[in-house]
Amino acid sequence: MALSTFTIKTRWPSGIAAGLVLVVTFGTLGAVILRADFSAGLGAADWAAVRFTVTQALVSAALSCILAIPVARALSRRAFRGRSVLITLLGAPFLLPVVVAVFGILAVFGRGGIVNSALDWAGLPQVSIYGFQGVILGHVFFNLPLVTRLILQGWLAIPSERFRLAASLDGSVSQLLERPMLRQVLPGAFLVVFLISLTSFAVALTLGGGPRATTVELAIYQALRFDFDLGRAAMLALVQFGLCVGAGTFVWRFGAPNAFGIGLDRRIERWDGHAWLDGICIGLAALFLILPLGMVVLRGVPGLLDLPADIWWAAGRSLLVATASATLCMALALALALRGGPMVAIIGVLPLAASSLVIGTGLFLIIYPVMNPTKLALLVTTLTNATLALPFVLRAIGPSVDAVKADFGRLGATLGLSPAVWIRHIMLPRLRRPIGFGAGLAAALSMGDLGVITLFAGDGGETLPLAMYRLMGAYKMEAAASAALVLLGLSLALFWICDQGGRTNVDL
Amino acid sequence: MLTFENLTLKQGDFALRGDLSIPLGKITALMGPSGAGKSTFLAAIAGFFALEAGRIDFDGHHIEDLAPAMRPVSILFQDNNLFPHLTVSQNVGLGLRPVVKLTPIEQQQVANILADVGLSGLGDRKPSALSGGQQSRAALARVLIAARPIVLLDEPFAALGPGLKDEMLDLVKAQLNTRTVIMVTHDPADAKRIADAVCLVADGTVSKPTVTADIFANPPQALRDYLGDMG
Repeated sequence: MALSTFTIKTRWPSGIAAGLVLVVTFGTLGAVILRADFSAGLGAADWAAVRFTVTQALVSAALSCILAIPVARALSRRAFRGRSVLITLLGAPFLLPVVVAVFGILAVFGRGGIVNSALDWAGLPQVSIYGFQGVILGHVFFNLPLVTRLILQGWLAIPSERFRLAASLDGSVSQLLERPMLRQVLPGAFLVVFLISLTSFAVALTLGGGPRATTVELAIYQALRFDFDLGRAAMLALVQFGLCVGAGTFVWRFGAPNAFGIGLDRRIERWDGHAWLDGICIGLAALFLILPLGMVVLRGVPGLLDLPADIWWAAGRSLLVATASATLCMALALALALRGGPMVAIIGVLPLAASSLVIGTGLFLIIYPVMNPTKLALLVTTLTNATLALPFVLRAIGPSVDAVKADFGRLGATLGLSPAVWIRHIMLPRLRRPIGFGAGLAAALSMGDLGVITLFAGDGGETLPLAMYRLMGAYKMEAAASAALVLLGLSLALFWICDQGGRTNVDL
Repeated sequence: MLTFENLTLKQGDFALRGDLSIPLGKITALMGPSGAGKSTFLAAIAGFFALEAGRIDFDGHHIEDLAPAMRPVSILFQDNNLFPHLTVSQNVGLGLRPVVKLTPIEQQQVANILADVGLSGLGDRKPSALSGGQQSRAALARVLIAARPIVLLDEPFAALGPGLKDEMLDLVKAQLNTRTVIMVTHDPADAKRIADAVCLVADGTVSKPTVTADIFANPPQALRDYLGDMG
């Protein structure tokens, strides 16, 4: 007989957390609506931005999915040295600062990069990375590993008996097992990548641009930063919001897949496929991932000691923002997860449909009449980053909170534990691992964020990703490379420290 | 007496009714097929399952509206009876007062109870450093120290081997001799070993308790169906 879980509930912290999330998402939207200037309507350039945004997101999602299928298939059935390292690496792009990855991609595919040097050598014309193809390349770099992991999870969810059955029947694994699995996994994966590409700002900022490769978010940035046309920025922010809500509703209805599955190291015993073909797929995917990162390290090391002092100051500011944002995000996530329930679940996914530029525009409009927005740049960045990381952190800790409630809720209730004792001495100790993982996630995401800060930062208070972006813009590539290396190191170190902190001395 | 007046439990298609009194200071076994509602019945007594209708009367007081912690009830579940990250002493101490730090006097009480169940000197260990039998003893120690008059056992010893299980049952009989114990079991040997009376839970009804020796000497049809050849 299944019985409903009995739990000790806390109300006001979840109320405050929900309120804050609502203010950051819908409150800023309200400010945007009030300020939006529709008199000019959407111009040709705006429509082009909308078309480009949707097109590039569709192409990015389709390409990521199509390319991930053979890679996941190969990974699921091959054992080789370094397999588990490669699978771990597939999770890394999520933690990777976008500017760092873009720098690596430029070092491989950009002007004077490996690919163009090779083309030169062969006497072929160079290819340009900027524009549509660059944006797509950037998004595929980030999302191919994500989709690969999702499909790999799908493979591992198939019981091994089915493979034995297929093999003994001499049936086609592709027809009997792979296609049904892909039909389940791919729609969700496609939508997630579509949504991510729709709201990704930094890739478009660094690799797009120009009238033919401007996303709506980029247009918001330009309207606010270059033209200081608040009405137009607000109108574009509304357009972006509409796009996100449309896509977000889809994702929510299909159920966003969980990319943090554990136990991906297992390999399936299989009797089909060609080893050489699988080898090529895995090799190409690994090269596509590792080469750009390798270039960051290679080019970054020489200038590391010559970095100007203001880069180190920017690194310090970023660490501060990342720590504060991770702390805030974790407090919000815990308050919401401990409360539980359908309302909390909805509030938890709201930020997925929010975009940092829309939130940023709203906050800018709210703050601008009162004081100089640059003074609040770091505070605003902290708040926005914490809100945007919330859905991921909730996904990391939510299931564990539910498990503790299911395992110990009744015991706690029958013993009469107060909410304080329950949270302090039961929940928190039992949640150490997911809290460490979630905090690491939030910290790394915030550390690498190049979104709302671009709207607010003046000359002084820039974060490390912004400082690095400005170095790239000024063609100081050597310094940018070293800054990228510092940023990469700090992001991964933050994640590692938090994650390890949750793993040591845990009684399970 | 622990009296159930027109007790009705409902969840979806499931329904369980009972109109019975359980004698105080005795051990009563609940027997019946799985899914019949034995655990649900215990959950209702402990306060985890709201009644559809009826009353639960303990010693002249209605307890069906009280919060779990306010009921005169201790319960041992099938598993998760100990918090894995707390020491044995802390776990047992929670029965005395729901805090993690106890006064020296309270700590002495915990040490005494641990000695009673044969766990002297093991108070500083985490549950994972105990054997399965020792973990059961630690959980029982918390029930002992809580000193609540009703003790519900939802098959807490089911995962132990037969020898250890009998040992625990004997410990229950020896240590809980003044309490009203209601235990779920599917093994007639458990009931014969320590139970004074047996209630059948079958066909949507909790039947009135029957003296253990009598019910096995002359089993009703529902019990015969359940036991098969074992009886």
